[in-house]
Amino acid sequence: MAQPERPLSPFMQYRWQYTNTLSILHRITGVLLSLCFFVLVYWLAAAASGPERYAAALATLGSPLARLLLIGGLFSFSYHFLNGIRHLFWDAGYGFELPIARKTGWAAAIGAVMVTVVLWVMLGASLGGAP
Amino acid sequence: MSLRSPLGRVLGLGSARGGSGHWYSQRVTAVALVILGCWFMASLALLGAGVPHAAVIGWLHSPFSAVMALLLVAVAAYHAQLGLRVVFEDYIGDKGTRLVVLVALKFALVVAALIGILAVLRIAFGAQA
Repeated sequence: MAQPERPLSPFMQYRWQYTNTLSILHRITGVLLSLCFFVLVYWLAAAASGPERYAAALATLGSPLARLLLIGGLFSFSYHFLNGIRHLFWDAGYGFELPIARKTGWAAAIGAVMVTVVLWVMLGASLGGAP
Repeated sequence: MSLRSPLGRVLGLGSARGGSGHWYSQRVTAVALVILGCWFMASLALLGAGVPHAAVIGWLHSPFSAVMALLLVAVAAYHAQLGLRVVFEDYIGDKGTRLVVLVALKFALVVAALIGILAVLRIAFGAQA
């Protein structure tokens, strides 16, 4: 008996493409930035607790693992910032046309890498550098 | 068998109850964070290599910087709460677990925000380095 042609459920047809990559990246970077918020609070609290505590906190933030996480944090900031602006334009009703959405998506992704590099060059010595 | 009418059962439920408030707050805090984020990154860069303690103290002694830092901590915490809430609501199926996680999330962010605000105020009102 021949299998009749039946419509597939939408989730069976979706293929992985740039739209959902950028979308899930926005969410992942948002979660990472929430973790960075706790780092910001830790840094502020250390600064308020005096030079010794502050130096200890900077030493902690200067460890190789922490530095790697901070680079991840900078990328999260850059990407979430740029893609967030993209979202705000969508909310206002602009930029939905596919060619424009594709262009702004690329701009957000490539721009985020570039901004990360610039921020790291500007802050790399500062973030986690020994006082 | 329930004696409630179908209309009575759905009233007060559904996305129309408060979803637009969440959506709107998320956008307003996002716009604020565009400004605050630029300010914070520029400030960090201006604090100089090694971010010396004295530079941080001097920075937050300025009323403008202190107010911006307070806004950053408060708005970032609120925006994080709004965003993480959606993430948890999407991925945690069990209602009980979800409730516990969402309450824990709010507690954690409120406590962290208060620690950050207290730290900024202590520096702002503290002795000049």
